[in-house]
Amino acid sequence: MARRRFAIPVFPGTNCEEDVLHALRAVAGQEAELVWHQERSLAGFDAAVIPGGFAHGDYLRAGALARFSPVMEPLAAMAESGRLVVGICNGFQILQEAGLLPGAMQRNRSLAYVCRDVWVRTEETGSPFTAALTPGETIRLPVGHAEGNFHLPDRDLERLEAAGQVIFRYSEPDGSLTEAANPNGSRHHIAGVRNRRGNVAALMPHPDRAWEPALGGTGGLRLFESLVRWSES
Amino acid sequence: MSGGESVPGLEEALAAGLTEAEYGEIRKRLGRTPNVNELAMLSAMWSEHCSYKSSKRILAGFPTEGPQVLQGPGENAGAVAIGRGLAAVFKVESHNHPTFIEPYQGAATGVGGILRDVFTMGARPVALMNALRFGPLDIPKNRALLSGAVAGIANYGNSMGIPTVGGEVAFETCHSLNPLVNAFALGVAPVDRIFLARADHPGDTVFCVGAKTGRDGIHGASMASAEFDEAAEAKLPTVQVGDPFLEKLLMEACLELMRGDALAGVQDMGAAGLTCSSAEMASRGGAGILMDLDRVPQRETGMAAWELLLSESQERMLLVVRVGREREVERVFERWDLDAAAVGRITGDGLLRVRHGGGEVGAVPCRLLTDEAPVYERPRAAPESFPEPEVRAGELGEPADWNRAVLRLVGSPGLASRRHIYEQYDHMVRSDTIARPGGDAGVVRIKGTPLGLAMTLDGNGRYSLRDPRRGGALAVSEACRNLAAVGATPVGATNCLNFGNPEKPEVMWQLAESVRGMTEALGAFGVPITGGNVSLYNETDGEGIFPTPVVGVVGVLDDVSTLVRQHFVEEGDLVFLLGPDADDALGASEYLKVFHGRTDGRPPAPGLDAELRLHAALRSLAAAGISRSAKDLSEGGLAQAAVESLFAPDGSCIGASLALGDSVPATTALFGEASARALVSVRPARADALAAVAERHRVPARRVGRVGGESLRIRVNGDEAVGLSLDRVADSFLHGLARAARA
Repeated sequence: MARRRFAIPVFPGTNCEEDVLHALRAVAGQEAELVWHQERSLAGFDAAVIPGGFAHGDYLRAGALARFSPVMEPLAAMAESGRLVVGICNGFQILQEAGLLPGAMQRNRSLAYVCRDVWVRTEETGSPFTAALTPGETIRLPVGHAEGNFHLPDRDLERLEAAGQVIFRYSEPDGSLTEAANPNGSRHHIAGVRNRRGNVAALMPHPDRAWEPALGGTGGLRLFESLVRWSES
Repeated sequence: MSGGESVPGLEEALAAGLTEAEYGEIRKRLGRTPNVNELAMLSAMWSEHCSYKSSKRILAGFPTEGPQVLQGPGENAGAVAIGRGLAAVFKVESHNHPTFIEPYQGAATGVGGILRDVFTMGARPVALMNALRFGPLDIPKNRALLSGAVAGIANYGNSMGIPTVGGEVAFETCHSLNPLVNAFALGVAPVDRIFLARADHPGDTVFCVGAKTGRDGIHGASMASAEFDEAAEAKLPTVQVGDPFLEKLLMEACLELMRGDALAGVQDMGAAGLTCSSAEMASRGGAGILMDLDRVPQRETGMAAWELLLSESQERMLLVVRVGREREVERVFERWDLDAAAVGRITGDGLLRVRHGGGEVGAVPCRLLTDEAPVYERPRAAPESFPEPEVRAGELGEPADWNRAVLRLVGSPGLASRRHIYEQYDHMVRSDTIARPGGDAGVVRIKGTPLGLAMTLDGNGRYSLRDPRRGGALAVSEACRNLAAVGATPVGATNCLNFGNPEKPEVMWQLAESVRGMTEALGAFGVPITGGNVSLYNETDGEGIFPTPVVGVVGVLDDVSTLVRQHFVEEGDLVFLLGPDADDALGASEYLKVFHGRTDGRPPAPGLDAELRLHAALRSLAAAGISRSAKDLSEGGLAQAAVESLFAPDGSCIGASLALGDSVPATTALFGEASARALVSVRPARADALAAVAERHRVPARRVGRVGGESLRIRVNGDEAVGLSLDRVADSFLHGLARAARA
């Protein structure tokens, strides 16, 4: 199968673009390019991964200004056309603000930034991040965010659950859901979601920081494997 | 000179922080009375903070040379060659005074300042660390200062996308009114692309880039050069406000510009803002600068010339651009949505000449602002209490219950895991952090090479209070021991000297003795100082801090795959204690403080020769793949080192059973802080290999136990002293600081 070409949109204040670039190229063996936020076209790209950081400083709500960047237009078109569009951390927040994914992020329950390893449990395998996983499989990944406390009103949350759009939940290593395993207070322990169609997905943890033992874990490898498999299907 | 400015006199000079003698000297050197703008510039540049007038002579004793040194003290940061054509560029700097006034912004802008120092040199920052000192956490104000400072540091470093990989924090009563925040940054640059803060070509254009200039931080340098009193919190307007987003853009713009050759020199604007950056750059190159303040981008209206000259608004840089290349610079900064204003040009007259409102409003020789600032040989005197008597285990009695004693000690704010703090710092961004915070040293690798950079910050104010020479040597010893534990070779050091009022002979003695001790250890280990910072006048209402030299040492791992971490790995591995036997001394130890509320006594004697041999042995064990874990012994002694070895950063843990010999009392066997020691674990099959390496380096090595089980068990002198489940140890050690900080 031919290698896919991934766009990595870079906003002023984005700071994980090199990590994602390296993971896509050197780890997942794909083609990938950084794309400045003022680009108005994503022609020639098969997929996009929005990396972590603090787009436009995130002094307002995280991601609230990024949705007005020119690159968001071709990105939305890419999502509309059914191609793969995913977000990591700040990328998740940006996709929410752009209306491409449900929910909003509140400040962490601790009111502090949290950077540590967490475990997530795979909830369903119909998304670009989970295509190579098995339901119930748990994976250790690092988080690093101050606003990752996933929120939706009750009825919307029920709809999200009923539609099977939750892809990851924070859990214990054995998959059980405890308060201690939830690093930010997210409702229903939600760590990652997808859209109804399944081609747009995001998660707060960083697979781009966990792809070799020296980094403290390899949990991210399975997610990049998923991206490749999903984009090939 | 325009005649509109009123001419200040002695009274204004004194109010600006100058002494009567200094004011007289200025008049003599200028041959006239300085006007208000000139007085503002001179008083800021002659402040302790900018001139180092009390410490300069003492600092001259540091070793600063070595074949690897590319840039020693005197620039924005030091630089050493690390192989593969790369340089490590690093420095530590204090932001103590602002932090007490406003902890969040004070600490945040400390990070911003040290990062600018590093990327100003052309290096991309790759790691941060910080050393913090606060008062005891049972006082609510101290908890607020700690949480504010940590949140400020976190937000700045996290937003910049630079991992904070290490540091240290300590709590002493003397810091309730004088907290310390020392920030360290490390960057990497090609050795042939290092930029200096130098202007030597008349005609070149001077640019002010980055943030606009406002009225914040005016007189910051003078504020940092005086004691505080009860009105200290009224100094709020002298603290700057940080904007990490703007600094991120500024960093990317500068690094982009530095790939070309349009820049002749560059310096960040920190203390004394435009004045200091322009005077220092011109002075180093033997040139002058003509600056038009009307062209400086301003965010307030009606700023006076002296306000523009002294503003410490953050996220600004002064660039010297080769004549004819101005448009290139403007284009780069436009792309990053940043101001870039041509505000002046380099001249050959050696003067800092300032224009404002259409006329010249000041002219001072650059060298009078920099190299020709006064230097003092202030009186020094040891306190009468020196040397302190030893405090020995025998005179203290023993704890009734060793289990409770261990839990209490490893759960105390001084020794408990720093997880509560470092989990607020992004320590993994850049996906290069291969030894996370919590270990002896933070380590980042350099992608595309086999190289790793290890770094650590160390200092112990209690040690230095009781014996500053020993304290200085022990700080350097511990830092280098930490690097050796992970397998790294030290290549350069930076330091932040935090002291009280230098006009007190005792404080000057502490400073001189600290530098002497540091110099002795640096010399023994062959590590040059490449830069640093001095923070004096850390006093409030006449009460000073413990003398606190903080040493930052950077080491190289030629092959990151040989990195050794501090946690035990596998059931059945054997544990060895390397280094000389402990003695019965407990002076200035954590044990003495936690159990007896005392900070007195003599700190351990530095054994520089034993240290050197231990470090070599630890590196050999790492390079040969013999050691599976290594943890240095320092504050809290063997018990602390053993506890720290139980917990891995991935959340897993494993027990150990140890047995300590009968040569010393149980208290010092468990908690003594004798130097030059480390705890190492190896596979059983490699025990002989370890013994051979130890013997080759003439390092005593004793097998003290075995890894495994669900508990920490320690026999001392034949008695089962400690038997604690991992859960109980974890509860005290991993959560002790969070409990104290949130109480």
